[in-house]
Amino acid sequence: MEWAVFLPAAALAVAGGIGVVAARQPVHSAIALLIVLASLAVTYLVLAAQFVAVLQVIIYAGAIVVLFLFVIMLLNVRSGEGPAVKLPRQAVAAAAVAAGYLAALLVAALGAARPFPAVPQGFGTAQAVGAALLAGYLLPFELAAVIMLVGIVAAVLLGRRPPAGGEGR
Amino acid sequence: MTSIPPVPLGLLAPELVVLAVAMVVLLADLWLPPARRGLLVVAAVAGAVAAAWLGLGLPDGVGFAGTYVRDGLTRAGQTLALAATALGLLVAPEYLRRGGLDRGEYYFLVLVAGLGAMLMAASRDLLLLFLALETLSVPLYVLAATGRGSVRSQEAGIKYFLLGAFASAFFLYGVALVYGTTGTTRLPEIGAAFSAQPVSASAAAGVGLLVIGLGFKAALVPFHTWAPDVYEGAPFPAAAFMSVVAKIGAFVALVRVFPMTLGALALHWSALLGALAVLTMVVGNLAALLQTSYKRMLAYSSIAHAGYLLVGVAVGTPQAVGAVITYLLVYAAMGTGAFAVAIALERGGAEADRIDDYAGLSARAPLLAVAGGLFMVSLAGLPPTGGFMAKLGVFLAAADAGLPGVILALVGFLTSVVSVYYYLRVAYVMFSPAPSAGVTPAQRSGVVHADATAIAPGSGTAGAAVRLHASPLLNLAVLVAAAAVIQTGILPSTVAALGAQVAALLR
Amino acid sequence: MVEALLVAAVKSAVMLALVLTVCAYMTLFERRLIAGFQLRYGPNRVGPAGLLQPFADAVKLIFKESFRPAGADPLVYWIAPGIAMITALFVYAVIPLGPTLTVLGRPVPLVVADVNVGILLVLGASSIGVYGIILGGWAANSKYALMGSLRSSAQVLSYELVLGLAVASVVLSAGTLSLVEIVNAQQRVWFAVTQPVAFVLFLLGAIAETGRAPFDLPESEQELIAGYQTEYGGFNFAMFYVGEYVGIVTMGLLAANLFLGGWHGPLLPGPVWVAVKTLAFAFFAVWLRATLPRVRQDQLMALSWKVLIEIGFLNLLVTAAILAWRGG
Repeated sequence: MEWAVFLPAAALAVAGGIGVVAARQPVHSAIALLIVLASLAVTYLVLAAQFVAVLQVIIYAGAIVVLFLFVIMLLNVRSGEGPAVKLPRQAVAAAAVAAGYLAALLVAALGAARPFPAVPQGFGTAQAVGAALLAGYLLPFELAAVIMLVGIVAAVLLGRRPPAGGEGR
Repeated sequence: MTSIPPVPLGLLAPELVVLAVAMVVLLADLWLPPARRGLLVVAAVAGAVAAAWLGLGLPDGVGFAGTYVRDGLTRAGQTLALAATALGLLVAPEYLRRGGLDRGEYYFLVLVAGLGAMLMAASRDLLLLFLALETLSVPLYVLAATGRGSVRSQEAGIKYFLLGAFASAFFLYGVALVYGTTGTTRLPEIGAAFSAQPVSASAAAGVGLLVIGLGFKAALVPFHTWAPDVYEGAPFPAAAFMSVVAKIGAFVALVRVFPMTLGALALHWSALLGALAVLTMVVGNLAALLQTSYKRMLAYSSIAHAGYLLVGVAVGTPQAVGAVITYLLVYAAMGTGAFAVAIALERGGAEADRIDDYAGLSARAPLLAVAGGLFMVSLAGLPPTGGFMAKLGVFLAAADAGLPGVILALVGFLTSVVSVYYYLRVAYVMFSPAPSAGVTPAQRSGVVHADATAIAPGSGTAGAAVRLHASPLLNLAVLVAAAAVIQTGILPSTVAALGAQVAALLR
Repeated sequence: MVEALLVAAVKSAVMLALVLTVCAYMTLFERRLIAGFQLRYGPNRVGPAGLLQPFADAVKLIFKESFRPAGADPLVYWIAPGIAMITALFVYAVIPLGPTLTVLGRPVPLVVADVNVGILLVLGASSIGVYGIILGGWAANSKYALMGSLRSSAQVLSYELVLGLAVASVVLSAGTLSLVEIVNAQQRVWFAVTQPVAFVLFLLGAIAETGRAPFDLPESEQELIAGYQTEYGGFNFAMFYVGEYVGIVTMGLLAANLFLGGWHGPLLPGPVWVAVKTLAFAFFAVWLRATLPRVRQDQLMALSWKVLIEIGFLNLLVTAAILAWRGG
């Protein structure tokens, strides 16, 4: 039953991932990314993490990719401008490194195969996630607020009109 | 309802002070008249100093469900981070005022980056370490892009951001693999789990990815390519700060993860870190030889210093780790100092970034030139400066640790000899006579600065005179840095206490 | 297993038919009501009192030619209306229409699936629904459509936060994310009474989220023809159209379940109460449309980011403080 859900979702996620990279139009890439995120949400469901799955949809699919699309539209990139310089040798090297990395991850993942521990009662519910955030990981959770504040300050700082008569470098 | 464990805010006092001062600076900027913005820096520096003083007095402890620890390494790392933050704040206002960039946000970002480095030192959990790393990095990305009028600064910001995000992804992937192998993110439990079972492929891959993430922040070869471009494009004070604070955060975290957590598995990681150290020392020093831009030269120099520091981590003995802490302190002083000297100079409204711009400095500002020369001598690692004692400490500790350590120390020594050439060239230029009027420095030295003009596109001021600016705060920063370099060179025992505290943790 | 699947399938089919019929009649309801506000008659020719008008419309839209403008992105142009409609319908999997009834001696809950994160699922589906609008406007390769979809995405993102904050206060009070449980928590007092601020925020957010007057800037006909759906016709247009009206019904059901006590009420059976409350919301929405002029784009954004979100956070804080003080 789990496999029947997991395999299609995983295949879709991989296909979406390839689509993100391969699509010539930025909007198509964004749609492919949406597919990846949605399929990942399904795999979270298989892992009994319903709350995280729904948050994944709301936050990533509902907010972040919308912002991507927003930017693409504001810039009005339509025809998928190709890279200005072609880097054939780098592309080969990148493919080789990626293949090596994939092999290393496969070895790591398959090597770790063992009987998985049973899911404890109440795992993956909103209550469990909330307890983990506020009890076990309070400090990282609060630190995330600081990072977001930095993001807001950065947006204000960098979005402001540059000062007149600056260093003009 | 699950009960929420107690929140030991007292343990976090230094961090809270820094965060509170950062907020105050951010908000006060709204009401302060522009003429009194100097108060912001004073407040920020005072906050950093107060936090350091507070942190040194707090007792050891573990809190927040075991994610946070205050021990000797925390204390040393936080003191270093706060010292770097204070210096980074002091060098900024003069430059920012010149560029019309003098706003509270700048100091806010510097303080928050310092906070990130502080929490990296105190992380006892990989997730806290990751978020602290981001708290350190995100402000640095923004600081690199604060030169709003400059395309180079924007480019530096976006480059640093994209590559940094990539490195963070690697780090997070590593955390996931380690968690998948051990079922925990707490460092001591990870250490125990790794020691209990044979090293699995996923554990090795996870730890390797952690090295990539931290290595990027520390600018280790081969994860260093961003550094020259970013330092070159970033405003001078931002480059000065990021070159120092990112190293402190990354190396304290490396010490926490490798010698302290995985000490029992030293066989598996010390060869990897040692190889990275050799690569970093060689590439950094050789590339620095070729630079005509002062910032790029310092960027490669900071890569080379990351290599020396990594020697200490790779060896991993208590003595070597203590030497790394001392080295970081000295590096904070001489690295910031070397940038501070350049901040005092300006050529035709642009940064004085060509090494030739420093010709004749000794005649116009003898004390500044002496300080600049001192920092160069110290970076090169010559006595009687702190740079010499620091290098000596690391190399001696490495040589004590057996054959691989001897090789590392030898490579470090040889590359240091190479580095003398490019550091002393700068010192030599500073003390050489100024070019006569009408002759541009480029013509004078007979070198065609193809890339130097490319660096300042359209500035049209290649021949403009170099002018000197100095403010009390900048002078103070240079003075403090120079004093630290001399003191650590002549009386190294005064700073050895911090390193000894860390070394004691490993024994 | 098979029986459970069969029951779920039957329930889904019934729900789908019900929702689509209600939505079709929602259009008639709105047209007649607006006509009444403006002292006209409205459509009253097809069938008695115009009751067959929705069917006539449906037949017309289905048999119209489906065309694609030159220069449109073929793939995105076709999938966008589908996204809009499917996500709008998806939420009915978790929205309860009434209490558990007993049919043929077995209990039948009037909800397709009572999941413990129900309300989040609704918010998630509605946040995906934006893609239909954004992609539709982009794919048509027309500046009016693009402007409409840009406005719409900005609006929906901003007001989703308002909506989310309002819902969060209710969730905090009820202590659960399940819609059925939230309704049961209002057995004595409606959340509209205990959470009046959240209720107002929810109403504003719901109107903005469905893109209706006075927040209908994405399709303000004077400036943008018809916004993101300018270049759509026939069945594709119908899918957008249905999606929009389904959205209104959804928001009405949510308002009924989250704030107005769901199926709890005297005398009448539960489902009737749900219907009455939903219809009241729909009436409110039409009433607003007939009464208020459209706001300006920058006012719309400022209202969300500078006023409503702050109020929402404050309300959430006060709610949490009161609950903590009571020892919840």
